[in-house]
Amino acid sequence: MRLVVDLNKCQGYAQCAFLAPDVFAMHGEESLIYNPRAEEEQRERLARAVAACPVQAITADGLDRAGEVREAPDGR
Amino acid sequence: MAADYVEWLRHEGRIVIVGASLAGLRAAETLRAEGFAGELTLIGDEPYEPYDRPPLSKSVLLGMASPHHTELPHRWEIDAKWRLGVAATGLDLTAKRVRLADGDEVEYDRLLIATGVRARPWLKPEEARLDGVCLLRTREDAADLCRRLKAGPRRVFVIGAGFAGSEVASACREMGLPVTVAERAGAPLVGALGGVVGAVAADLQTENGVDLRTHVTVTALEGDSAGRVRAVHLSDESVVEADVVVVSLGSLRNTEWLEGSGLGAGPRGIACDAGCRAFDFRGIVTDDVFVAGDVARSPHALFGYQFLSLEHWGNAVAQAETAAHNMICRGADRRPHLWMPAFWSSMFGVNIKSVGVPPMGEQLMVTQGSLAERRFAAVYGYQGRIVAAVTFDNTRWLEFYQRQIERGAPFPVEFPTMDRRPENRQPIPAGFPDPSLPTHGPMVTLSGYSPADQQLVFHPARH
Repeated sequence: MRLVVDLNKCQGYAQCAFLAPDVFAMHGEESLIYNPRAEEEQRERLARAVAACPVQAITADGLDRAGEVREAPDGR
Repeated sequence: MAADYVEWLRHEGRIVIVGASLAGLRAAETLRAEGFAGELTLIGDEPYEPYDRPPLSKSVLLGMASPHHTELPHRWEIDAKWRLGVAATGLDLTAKRVRLADGDEVEYDRLLIATGVRARPWLKPEEARLDGVCLLRTREDAADLCRRLKAGPRRVFVIGAGFAGSEVASACREMGLPVTVAERAGAPLVGALGGVVGAVAADLQTENGVDLRTHVTVTALEGDSAGRVRAVHLSDESVVEADVVVVSLGSLRNTEWLEGSGLGAGPRGIACDAGCRAFDFRGIVTDDVFVAGDVARSPHALFGYQFLSLEHWGNAVAQAETAAHNMICRGADRRPHLWMPAFWSSMFGVNIKSVGVPPMGEQLMVTQGSLAERRFAAVYGYQGRIVAAVTFDNTRWLEFYQRQIERGAPFPVEFPTMDRRPENRQPIPAGFPDPSLPTHGPMVTLSGYSPADQQLVFHPARH
């Protein structure tokens, strides 16, 4: 699954790093680094991270901002 | 008639986007999301789907992501014809045709140019060809650099201490690699943030074990008999042995393909109006050619209508969305691109973020925290008002400062702030270098006349 974080929005609340630690990690106190290509088995954790982000900065394939799984528009 | 044309365009028109990166993709998605049902073509010189570049110098070098897998998620089904791996080589404004490197021509009714920038190569081509001399802009660059860093070079040499160069140095130190950074100015990040904040960045580098050389330029790259780089010669006559050299001298705008097209395009980008419509070389706005992203140069109401070129991720997204919207709606429904400049960087575990246009600032005030602790917020002032702010590990305050910039709040700051230190009551010179001296360039380019209006009321677009 592809994802991108709008790091202008990100304020380092680290919710994603707790909920999906294989995808997101804090680097220092408030910098976020992440893997833009998450494994498929991370889908549920990623969905929780997308939903939990206080500033709604995460966009992922097939997940809307409420963290619900929607149909991937082009089959990814 | 004009209304009918827009209606026709929305249903049957042909829109071509040149540049298949962040701005191109987001524009395509916006066109479809806003109901464009015609034919959409995306042209890109790289043979890949649109991918994200910021991770290439951060999570990719830190080993958390693959350089080959930073493709951007799609927010909307765009149903486009992709022409990837083939560069646009010319534009015929009269016939409304884009020429491609393979000889093909693509006709459009409306065109969006989002060709972005490329890394500025090392100025001596024969030295640039030495094995081990790297750039960092594309995913191929990142894959190559990753491979070389993993091989455990004896020393990495970074030419240029802007954001990209500093991020590379940070990653090298994290990998335990010896690294030397050479910078023409007096400190890293000086072009983007000035000398005061640059001094903090310099301490950050040296304390993390970077061999930082300032006020020097690289005079030559020396290769061995096998054509591999082996040493770097500096203007202070010192020689540093290194087997990887990262050239990080800023970027060049991809406008050469527009030479002779009649469009107002050049080394500083493509000039456009606030609605993203390109100017032709006479300064007359075109109606069918739009521009977005790093290659665009557009006037900003908040900064005295100066033409700003912003090599910022967020600008590419916002300008692409505005350009796409304006391409398929009637005049009265068009929106201005009034995005507040903002960027982030991360180095040595410190989160650096900024809003506004720091290089415009003459003075600076540290309003929260302290430079010595490397956790602070500082504002930049120009002609009595706040024009920018920067935070080091203090991102949650940045939005407050953004509101102050939008309000045209007075400088020196009058409001009280948390964690204000007694030594920071007075503004100090921000320490930007003389703009007439050559540098590798900040990420914001200012041009046009200076602003004098301090009464400006700014209401940001909500979209």
